[in-house]
Amino acid sequence: MKSKKYDGLTIFLFLLPAIILFVGILVAPLISSFVNSFFEYKGFGAKTPVQFDNYRRLFDTNETWFKPSVVHALILAGLSVFVQLPLSLGLALLLGRGIKGERFFLSVNFLPVLISTVVIGQLWLKVFDSNGMVNALLRMVGYLKEGEDNIQWLADNGSGILLYSCFVPMLWQYVGYHMLLMYAGVKSVPTELREAAKIDGATDWQVDWHVVIPSMKQIIKVSVIFAVTGSLKSYDLIRIMAMDLKVKDAAVPSTVLMDFMSLRQEYGVASAVSVMLILLCFFFAITIGAVFKERD
Amino acid sequence: MATKKSVNLEQYQVRKSKGWVNVLISIFLAIWAIINLFPLYWMFTFALKDNPQILHTNMFGPPDGPPSKWFWSNFKEAWSTGPIDKFFINSIIITGSTIVITTLAAMMASYAITRIKWRFSESVNRIFMLGITIPMQASIIPVYLVVSKLHLINTPISVIIPYSAFSLAMALLICNGFMIQIPKELDEAAYIDGCGRGRVFFSVILPLMKPAVATTAIYTFLQCWNELMIASTFLTGEKYMTLPAGMAQLFGSHTTEWGPIGASLVIATLPTIVFYILFSRRIQDSFIAGAVKG
Repeated sequence: MKSKKYDGLTIFLFLLPAIILFVGILVAPLISSFVNSFFEYKGFGAKTPVQFDNYRRLFDTNETWFKPSVVHALILAGLSVFVQLPLSLGLALLLGRGIKGERFFLSVNFLPVLISTVVIGQLWLKVFDSNGMVNALLRMVGYLKEGEDNIQWLADNGSGILLYSCFVPMLWQYVGYHMLLMYAGVKSVPTELREAAKIDGATDWQVDWHVVIPSMKQIIKVSVIFAVTGSLKSYDLIRIMAMDLKVKDAAVPSTVLMDFMSLRQEYGVASAVSVMLILLCFFFAITIGAVFKERD
Repeated sequence: MATKKSVNLEQYQVRKSKGWVNVLISIFLAIWAIINLFPLYWMFTFALKDNPQILHTNMFGPPDGPPSKWFWSNFKEAWSTGPIDKFFINSIIITGSTIVITTLAAMMASYAITRIKWRFSESVNRIFMLGITIPMQASIIPVYLVVSKLHLINTPISVIIPYSAFSLAMALLICNGFMIQIPKELDEAAYIDGCGRGRVFFSVILPLMKPAVATTAIYTFLQCWNELMIASTFLTGEKYMTLPAGMAQLFGSHTTEWGPIGASLVIATLPTIVFYILFSRRIQDSFIAGAVKG
């Protein structure tokens, strides 16, 4: 067959396009972000070394919303894992039982994932508008009394309400995403196993709880990792619904990053944000992986 | 044997499941489905209204209810005056190029990793897989600085390359899954016939990878078509914007006519929806394939 030397070159050539993309857009920029985070840099002229000043500034609440933004992202991650994923799991289990119209429900529930966040954001802006549906509904059921002011769901006024107005569509949009992942897990349980449990007299719920869920551990792990890292990186819907990168109540790490990058052009601090973001993503991905491994 | 088993199962389902539980489940599923269909309904009705209907408020009438008078002219206006057609073409060019680059790079890398025996193939694969966890935010600043230094801001290439790089890990994962299933004897037979590695890749492996190409293409499409952060940072001129960046811009501008903007939303979303209805099974399967194998 072929000589070893020749193979080495072939392997390299086949890997080359992937290596160029991977090193050029992921590895090199990652290193550069890390280095830049220790400099003051305005995008032109010289870079001034400032040691840990950029990080110190990040954690100074008088100057940036970075600290609350991380807290917000973690709240979102928590809601995602403990509200969104159980809902997705429930839907996946129900549909996995072979209900009538299984494919139809599967398709419809996945639909919001495909619709542009710009459209979704505009829709929810209307729903939460002070003259929108939510307030109209509250008035109809009598929660808002005659003469009482409408609730300002979208105001960045320190009440923190904006954060949750943004979270509702963020969580809703991706229920279908996780549902589809988990549905694959449900379907991968061998039919024989289900049937055996049923013949032994198990109800549908017992089959789900004792047979299906335990065999879905791998998928649930993937879902949890996606949900948490997705929450840390969240940007689009906040950007559209808060309409301002300097938003306080609904600040997330990415809005802080974009604020420093596009508005203030302080690339050093912006780099520090992205370094923190990468560390958080890796930290949670590894921790979640370890937690699931321990439960083996 | 098989038929006997499934008959058994049906008997059990008939006997076990209670009627009212099934009714509750159906009601829950129906409500959830309606909530998920609502954006489409909202968008289509928004597109058919004029300003007073959109801005005037009444819960079951406009702005959220059906239009009292239908303005089909919004569509005509959106297509002829709005920049939506440009956004559309830009999106197709950018997503299309990304799909081609990502798929080719992933296929080639996958071939080297799964079909040629060498010492570090496993480790190299693992390093590539780190790309799944790295967020786009990690490289947006340095890439932006380089792109602006090279005066490439507002060019399709400035987003195509980052998109390709960030879709690569998942594409590679999908390709590996498919490529590992092709029997090794095929390659060996081709080597004996005197084919080199390149020839084997292009004439033996690639033709067998059609399902993998479809899956990677769909997955990459889902990654890029709606991407907002990089698009709105790197493409600032209206001439170059993709659909999400352009639509965000349309809503940010202080327009007087909302109807045509609504129509633009529909024009922008419709192809995805039609595509989804036609290929929903395939899209769902590729989506699952991408995530499950991780």
